[in-house]
Amino acid sequence: MATAIDKKRHDIHLQRTTIRRHGLMTRVTHWTWAVALFFLLLSGLQIFNAHPSLYIGEQSGFAFDNSVLSIRAIKGADGNAEGLTTLFGRSIDTTGLFGVSGPEDSRAYQAFPGWLTVPSYHDLATGRVVHFFFAWLFAATFISWFAASLINGHLRRDILPTFSDIRGLPGSFVDHLRFRFHSGHSYNGLQKISYAIVLLVLFPLMILTGLTMSPGMNAAVPWLTEIFGGRQTARTIHFAVMLLLVGFFAIHIFMVFAAGPINEMRSMVTGRYRIDREVAEGGPER
Amino acid sequence: MSRIIINRRRLLTAAGVAASTLPLAGCDALDGMLSSGATARDAMAKANGLTYRVQRFLIGADSLAKEFSESEIRQGQRPNGSTDPTDATYIALRDAGFAGYRLDVGGLVDRPLRLSLDELRNMPSRTQITRHDCVEGWSCIAKWTGVPLAAVLDEAGAKPEARYVVFRCFDTMNLGLSGDVAYYESIDMLDARHPQTILAYGLNEEPLPVENGAPLRVRVERQLGYKMAKYIRSIELASDLAPYGQGKGGFWEDLGYDWYAGI
Repeated sequence: MATAIDKKRHDIHLQRTTIRRHGLMTRVTHWTWAVALFFLLLSGLQIFNAHPSLYIGEQSGFAFDNSVLSIRAIKGADGNAEGLTTLFGRSIDTTGLFGVSGPEDSRAYQAFPGWLTVPSYHDLATGRVVHFFFAWLFAATFISWFAASLINGHLRRDILPTFSDIRGLPGSFVDHLRFRFHSGHSYNGLQKISYAIVLLVLFPLMILTGLTMSPGMNAAVPWLTEIFGGRQTARTIHFAVMLLLVGFFAIHIFMVFAAGPINEMRSMVTGRYRIDREVAEGGPER
Repeated sequence: MSRIIINRRRLLTAAGVAASTLPLAGCDALDGMLSSGATARDAMAKANGLTYRVQRFLIGADSLAKEFSESEIRQGQRPNGSTDPTDATYIALRDAGFAGYRLDVGGLVDRPLRLSLDELRNMPSRTQITRHDCVEGWSCIAKWTGVPLAAVLDEAGAKPEARYVVFRCFDTMNLGLSGDVAYYESIDMLDARHPQTILAYGLNEEPLPVENGAPLRVRVERQLGYKMAKYIRSIELASDLAPYGQGKGGFWEDLGYDWYAGI
């Protein structure tokens, strides 16, 4: 038995080859989203800074408490300003990062620090201009991607997980923890599910909760507000989805570097992706 | 079972990734492109024109903003912006209980009007419990009572060439070195004739308080709070917004905010 395996291993060697992995539409939408999401995040934090609290329901509680998150500056016991972040009633001191930031001699009293906002200074009007411009770009890209992926099969082939993808999920997860990545023609189960969640759940959710904050859209499609449990809940979900997307981004970038940044970047720019495939010695290529 | 191995190269790669996310900073590099009048900002601001046209197409003239039940009124209406005007004319009117207040309706109308508060209260009235959405992000539900703006426009006889309703206000906003600037706002005729657009003199069953815009303010329920001018002094119908303020259609608009605030 052992000899048979040894013999087989002896006859097989790895052949390096490049395949066409990402279609033009996949690549163009990927980079458009990358740019749009960068500006949406930073201008979104600028908008959040104008009223740095999140609530549940239709309205913000000023005479009652329905807040889930607030980031503010308070006067500390020693008379100096402290940044205080309160999440579900639990407060932590975030001086230097959230609430109060910047160097000691020129403190900024705002929820998110200037280096995380566009523009870097307080300007809600410009934050909104940037946010809504890129929101249009983001939504248009999403619709183009969805239509193209439906037609060219990208959605069915590469994004929607199959039963075997879901069955293989625990194994795929363990492989990722061990830094063993399979570079093949298609995405693995974990990739498919992550992309499916981001593209088919988080992106539409972001667009719909965004629209729910528009008083004009509230009059056009009143049921949308009902689905999300009120305008302020929609705003809270919008913020929470942002955190999930930032989390996805961090893992996404980490995986690119861990799986080989040159090959991954090339595939996302030119579409060509290098794979190692097993070829039997002397035999015909499979 | 193979062991979990993270070799040096992978560790360095991971550390490199972690470090690369730190200096996301440098956002101030974009500030120049986004300052008032900059080409990039003006180009991006055009998206608001698209929003305006798409929403006008989707919403329809008479679709209503959501109205709420009495039980949703859980707090007073949060005042914002100017809450205690210090202008001499206003103070004199306020101290006399607004007995001498007159609303001037002029511009592109057939019959200019000059209405007292009693005359406004004797016109048809509408009461609505609606949600006020501030551009800052907060919302507040309150009950508003007033005369539909459409009724006032009909009384005055709006000329066909009138495209906008401009509200001139008593309160002035301090802009530091450039001094005091009178608040003003404008809406198009479609919003002006909307059934929920009212000139409100009552809030939560009481006369409109000073901090919320006494004696008269406008409610434009399908837009954000800054469109709803408080302390209205006069109404003018116009075909062009250029002659008012800096020509952008409102106090906040002149400072860079969008004229259409349906989003």
